[in-house]
Amino acid sequence: MSKQYKLVSCTINGKHVEKMIDVRASLTDMLRDDYRLTSVKKGCEVGECGACNVIIDGECFNSCIYLAVWADGKEILTLEGLAGPNGEISDIQQAFIDEAAVQCGFCSPGFIMSAVEILEAKREFSDDEIRKLMSGHLCRCTGYENIFRAVKKTMLRRLGKEKEADEV
Amino acid sequence: MYVGKKVTRVDAYDKVIGRTRYTDDLCDKSAYIARVLHSTIAHGRVVSMDTSEAEKIPGVVKVFTCFDVKEKHYFPTAGHPWSTDPGHQDVADRLVLTEEVRFYGDDIGAVVAEDEVAAAQALAAIKVEYEEYPFVLDVQEAMKEGAPQIHKDYPGNILKHTTIRKGNYEEAIKEPGLTKVEGWYDTPTVQHCHIENFICYAEMEGDRITVTASTQIPHIVRRIVGQALGIEWGRVRIVKPYIGGGFGNKQDALYEPLCAWLCMQLGGHLVKLDIPREDTFVSNRVRHAIRSHIISWVRPDGTYAARKLEAFSDQGAYASHGHSIVAKGAGAFPQLYPCDNVEVDAYTVFTNKSVAGAMRGYGIPQAMWAVESHTEDVAARMGMDPVEFRRKNLMPVGYVDAFSRNELYDDTFNQCLDKAMEAIDYKRKFNEYQNQTGDIRRGIGVSVFWYNTAVWPISLETSSCRMVLNQDGSLQVQLGETEIGQGADTAYTQMTADVLGVPLRDVHVVSCQDTDVTPFGTGAYASRQTYTAGFAIRQTAMLLKERILEYARELTRMPPYNLDISEGNIVRTTDGRVLMTLGELSTEALYSLTNSRHLSAESTSQIKSNAYSFGCTIAEVEVDIPMCKVKLLDIVNAHDAGKLINPALAEAQVHGGMSMGIGYGMSERLLFDEKTGRALNNNLLDYKLSTFMDHPRLKAVFVENAEPTSAFGTKALGEPPACSVAPAIRNAVYQATGVGVNEAPVNPHNLFRRFKEEGLI
Repeated sequence: MSKQYKLVSCTINGKHVEKMIDVRASLTDMLRDDYRLTSVKKGCEVGECGACNVIIDGECFNSCIYLAVWADGKEILTLEGLAGPNGEISDIQQAFIDEAAVQCGFCSPGFIMSAVEILEAKREFSDDEIRKLMSGHLCRCTGYENIFRAVKKTMLRRLGKEKEADEV
Repeated sequence: MYVGKKVTRVDAYDKVIGRTRYTDDLCDKSAYIARVLHSTIAHGRVVSMDTSEAEKIPGVVKVFTCFDVKEKHYFPTAGHPWSTDPGHQDVADRLVLTEEVRFYGDDIGAVVAEDEVAAAQALAAIKVEYEEYPFVLDVQEAMKEGAPQIHKDYPGNILKHTTIRKGNYEEAIKEPGLTKVEGWYDTPTVQHCHIENFICYAEMEGDRITVTASTQIPHIVRRIVGQALGIEWGRVRIVKPYIGGGFGNKQDALYEPLCAWLCMQLGGHLVKLDIPREDTFVSNRVRHAIRSHIISWVRPDGTYAARKLEAFSDQGAYASHGHSIVAKGAGAFPQLYPCDNVEVDAYTVFTNKSVAGAMRGYGIPQAMWAVESHTEDVAARMGMDPVEFRRKNLMPVGYVDAFSRNELYDDTFNQCLDKAMEAIDYKRKFNEYQNQTGDIRRGIGVSVFWYNTAVWPISLETSSCRMVLNQDGSLQVQLGETEIGQGADTAYTQMTADVLGVPLRDVHVVSCQDTDVTPFGTGAYASRQTYTAGFAIRQTAMLLKERILEYARELTRMPPYNLDISEGNIVRTTDGRVLMTLGELSTEALYSLTNSRHLSAESTSQIKSNAYSFGCTIAEVEVDIPMCKVKLLDIVNAHDAGKLINPALAEAQVHGGMSMGIGYGMSERLLFDEKTGRALNNNLLDYKLSTFMDHPRLKAVFVENAEPTSAFGTKALGEPPACSVAPAIRNAVYQATGVGVNEAPVNPHNLFRRFKEEGLI
């Protein structure tokens, strides 16, 4: 059986792109192999660990269980696309640095993308809600504690609650 | 000064922007994709393999069977330093592919294809004919006469049995008035679950082979690949890029030998071997399940007259790290609560299960589960307060272990207990939770732990360091001790900057290790990194400084003893004047037409000391008795790891260990089907790793007694945080319900059985 390819035309990190993609490929495969966006990590490839999360049309997905061909016409954001035009990093990335929320760093890109989705909601979530919203990610290094601090502080700061953020 | 400060990780920026490259990110797309064929029986022999269908699949390059391994180079896999004494060498019982099957998931063949789909299809198309033997999954069954023999030369499947004898146990138990407390304590098989699975790729250049691998131990793997291929070790080069966690699983040669072998069979073509998560659970390494039997004879005043421990460690199918794991726990037993009359018997036993190796804590989480569950039982039997009972019997200040010469210099245990109790409001909660009734009850529990740093005198401790000065006065630092996510590179940067007297930004620790370039070192394990590397860093920085100041003599006409380096400047100590910058000196040294000098230093430090690193956990739980569910409400770890090099990274390290301990205590267990030996929950959905929702806020507190043997006053912190969490949770459940769960984890399955037995439900 010969391989089948399909043209996938989409926007990745603000840039319109198109390529012929193996119809069996996952979005993880396409982003990593065809566009060399290697922040998209493979930890299980069956939607259990969250290391491959990317934002598709504003919603966070496990890209490993999302077919590349479904990305046709979509707008995709990976960790590489978070930085500003001059390479300045976003507040949530800075918070991961400041709160020592990064250790081996393998799960970090996925966590940050879910955090972006949470922060884009522009509302204050309770601690339990934050935990639930982040629970699709597994991390074996941090015990989630400093990741929690980074997300909660950034959420509060974006809502203008500097004092509460400092107390997290 | 930077040591002791919350300096930002040197790799944090690159990691949050996704720029750090891990093994798979570096592999060229021209690589062939290899997959391993695993046995589907637990014990037996491969009689034949039909690969004809697999070979017809488009994209398949070659199918290898165990019968293709003509030269049988048996090799050991443990990430131990090599011993030149054959009596201390690890057991060489592995082949890259094996005809003899010893567990469900053994490596019997491999497929190499142009892409992953073809490789997966080919694996499914291979037909294997086996001769099946009876198998055994339980340690006690494996030791019985007539049990299936997994390896020849190991009667009773016993890999090793060691003993410790102190005083006279049999005589001591005759003392009148003693209370006998006895218990059996079980820990489960669990897996490391680093988020990056093991992965490596191999290619040849000339007659040498390079393997880029996600490993904790590049220099050790170099030796093992050489042994496995039967080639000179110098022909092997191992490269370690950033790695996505290891926790001990990658302190073993996993598939580097097989990948190198496949590459050589294919004329040196680039071959990538990326292990799927499901295979990681079964065919990498797991934590030894250990069953412990403890008998204590206690005097009415709450002191121990005599104690006995028998520990049975489930090795699985191959020796890997072998007996060292249970031996470490057995060695801790007479030390943690010293007693004049002690008998210890430790057994490591082969079974037809996944291979057990190193995992964070190296036998101590298992030993602490047994010892600290038992301690709680003894205190309860004697009607004594659990904390006071521990304080009365714990290793006293000034205790010296004759073998390691480790000494307890400070009142660490009491200080850690005090600090943890204060942090969690222990006394109030403990009193409030006494004598509860009803379906929902709360409890608070304590566990201490014993740990030591690095592996001396059991094995070699050595660290080498190289520092090379650049034109601008900055420098590269290289060490054999490996960054695996724990933050080692940052600690090394801080240490180097302080000893040499340069700004932090001028120290560039080379994170990627390459055995062709990186000085010899044994790698990341035994919580040794900061302690061991500290010696080599201090020594090498002092050597470099001496060379720099000697060169400065010529340029400044000042004697070196009146010179120092401070903040990257050559300073005259007599008046504090800056004479020149280190950059000016270095540029002159490199380009001088009269006296050109490449300023660098390299040195090895052999370490013949070791250090105790102790602490405790206190956990608070709520137990729903009818639902057999435990909710962890609050938890604190207290550690005396000596002086902290970086308090922020130390705290983060403790959080991670606590998380692993919470999983160990409450949810994790790799299950095996009794009928086939097959793993049942080898994926991240069915294997219950703790998630964001399973944790309360994690608290870490520290007591910083400077360790006198250490180059920077520091000692082990990598593994200790995982050692006392599970028994603290168990003891909290005990306070809440009066029921001791002696089989970890304290999950609904085990609670249901225990609550039934005790008549609570």
